[in-house]
Amino acid sequence: MSDYQLKMAFIMPTMVLLILMNIFPLLWSLYLSFHRYKASMPTAAKFIGTRNYTRLLADPEIWGYFQTTAYFVVLAVAAQFLIGFGLALLLNRDFRYKGFITTLLLLPMMLSPVVVGLFWRFILSSDNAGLLNFFLSPFLKSPIGWTTNPKVAMLAVVIVDTWMWSPFMMLIALAGLSAVPKSLYEAADVDRASAWFKFRWITLPLVSPLLLIALLFRTMDAFKMFDIVYVLTREGGPGTVTETVSMNLYKLAFRNYNTGKACAMAYLLLVIIVALSNIYVKYLNRVKGEA
Amino acid sequence: MMKNVQISLVFVLIVALVFVSIPANAQQSLTIVWAEWDPANYLAELSKDFTAETGIPVDVVQIPWSNFQDKVFTAFVGKSDLYDIVIGDSQWLGRNSVGGHYIPLTEWINANIDVDAIYGPAMTAFAEYPKGTGKYWALPAEVDAAGYVYRKDLFEDPGEMEMFQAKYGYALAPPKTYAQLRDIAEFFTRPEKDLYGIATWYSKEYDGITMGFQQVMWSFGGAYGDAESYKVAGHLNTEDAVKALEFYTDLLQFAPPDGPNYYWLETLNAYTSGKVAMAMNYFAFFPGVVNADTNPISHDKSGFFIAPAGPKGHYISIGGQGMSISAYSKNQDVAKQYMKWFMQKPVQEKWAQLGGFTPYKEVLQSDAFKQATPFNEAFAASFPYLRDFWAVPEYAELLEVCQTNWSAAISKIKSAKEALDAIARKHEEIFEDAGYYDE
Repeated sequence: MSDYQLKMAFIMPTMVLLILMNIFPLLWSLYLSFHRYKASMPTAAKFIGTRNYTRLLADPEIWGYFQTTAYFVVLAVAAQFLIGFGLALLLNRDFRYKGFITTLLLLPMMLSPVVVGLFWRFILSSDNAGLLNFFLSPFLKSPIGWTTNPKVAMLAVVIVDTWMWSPFMMLIALAGLSAVPKSLYEAADVDRASAWFKFRWITLPLVSPLLLIALLFRTMDAFKMFDIVYVLTREGGPGTVTETVSMNLYKLAFRNYNTGKACAMAYLLLVIIVALSNIYVKYLNRVKGEA
Repeated sequence: MMKNVQISLVFVLIVALVFVSIPANAQQSLTIVWAEWDPANYLAELSKDFTAETGIPVDVVQIPWSNFQDKVFTAFVGKSDLYDIVIGDSQWLGRNSVGGHYIPLTEWINANIDVDAIYGPAMTAFAEYPKGTGKYWALPAEVDAAGYVYRKDLFEDPGEMEMFQAKYGYALAPPKTYAQLRDIAEFFTRPEKDLYGIATWYSKEYDGITMGFQQVMWSFGGAYGDAESYKVAGHLNTEDAVKALEFYTDLLQFAPPDGPNYYWLETLNAYTSGKVAMAMNYFAFFPGVVNADTNPISHDKSGFFIAPAGPKGHYISIGGQGMSISAYSKNQDVAKQYMKWFMQKPVQEKWAQLGGFTPYKEVLQSDAFKQATPFNEAFAASFPYLRDFWAVPEYAELLEVCQTNWSAAISKIKSAKEALDAIARKHEEIFEDAGYYDE
């Protein structure tokens, strides 16, 4: 067997899997997005050009779901960034039980989002069984309808997602912080630099490439928010206050079986995520260049 | 050499076992899929008799309500032979018959089943599509209706009765109208004692708020649309329907704080934990209410009444499911054998004894059935008033629009009029897309 054949023998299984599991569905769904097609019906797909896209883009409700998603992404990712980075700064020093505490803090992100949604459903219940309202009861006249009041339902979803994913930010930031050479801080100490100066001119520039990667992952993931919304706010309620694009996409694809339209919506979502990722990557390259 | 022979023998034995055992099991077993609830347990129990008679094992697969539809439909789209018999909601008939997922049963039913012995409206609701054509896709398995459970100890307390009489000017008793229901709910709402007047369905999950509200809408004079022309505007977004939705929203103030999330489970929990004086649910969920293990507080103090009448009529949401055969089943003959066995009078009598809500007319109307549980009488009394949601292939889309907009209305994100106008507009768009308005 020649070197080339050997290389191909190693690569081909992966290539075949990639084509079958990723490339083919991607192209097939692109094809379906230009058709009127319902997977639950025996009728063949009928070509309708860009009608699925134009109808989606002209539907104010769809823009509402995108708006809800954007609102959620901004709030959740910002909160996770601040909390995660803050925790990483606190943990980036030697103290007793550091390993144990770090492991404890990482636990939420290891749980299944459905399980997280379910137990937060009980924690946030506005009946007496709700743990959070129970603790807040001395300060409140009436319990807060965390998942039933349209004014706070989104906040509830952000709280749960932040609880779950701040540790991820923390982990990446901690990796970045521990890689900053100690000698830089020692030199700054010699020059009697302030804590803020050290943070602004040593820590932040050296950690920011990793932070941006964490932000990129979280933004992409938050844009696809589905499971917590499905469980916690009962499919995006009240009304459509917490109905994200992915939640609506799920209903379109697997409840209504409006397959063609769902494929078009999935592509719109893909374009937005790719565009956002590109902005991040460009900024990341700039930061890396500066660093 | 000897080792090779041993390995070869083991391999041959495994292959032989695979080829011999799998087809034998596949031919001789039956898988029934249903939602996870008490009637499915009763059916599993009942099916043991079928196994004893025929030697064919029956597996009743139970899927939680919130995932039930999604899981079954995903199996259908994948043309999976996972399930032989599907016990599905009445609304599924349109999609699964037109979609080719259920096999047509008209000829087989006419030749093998005594249709006259089955309660007529149940046959129409759970078996027939399109309605009135005599084309059957199922046999009614469980007939159900929305109803109410109430705390007899509270309703019959002399002090409470006196206070109620003084406040409202009539005697405290199970309500006959929605106006009375509101008065009673208001009367028993005492948040300081963690007691509320009513628990009913407001949840956005699956069909929650729709099943809870539609019976109020019908009874106030509203309708989903015209069944012939499929026109919705002018039927759904009327003044009557607006009043109904405003009434249902107003009723929420007498529910526990988490009321907007209440579906069947939360409603039951609220009642069995002593939090509410009245609770709406489907009758098939009530066995847990009269069971001392699951309801230690009021299992022996519970009464039942049928859903009240409104100012312009008396209608109740139909529940229950029909038994259909999957088009992808490899055991269709066994499935038919089971369904024929299930529809025999002695089997239906046992089905009713176990707790199943039989569609068999004679059993259903018997005194033995009415007295079998404390709620069977109210259940039987509900029958003349039953109505259903659209059962067309597009029902899931129609339902989704209702769920979203009614949830928005009770959360005061939209006014009742805005919500009903939005539903009417969207429903007509769905019907138009599906070609219902084509000449």
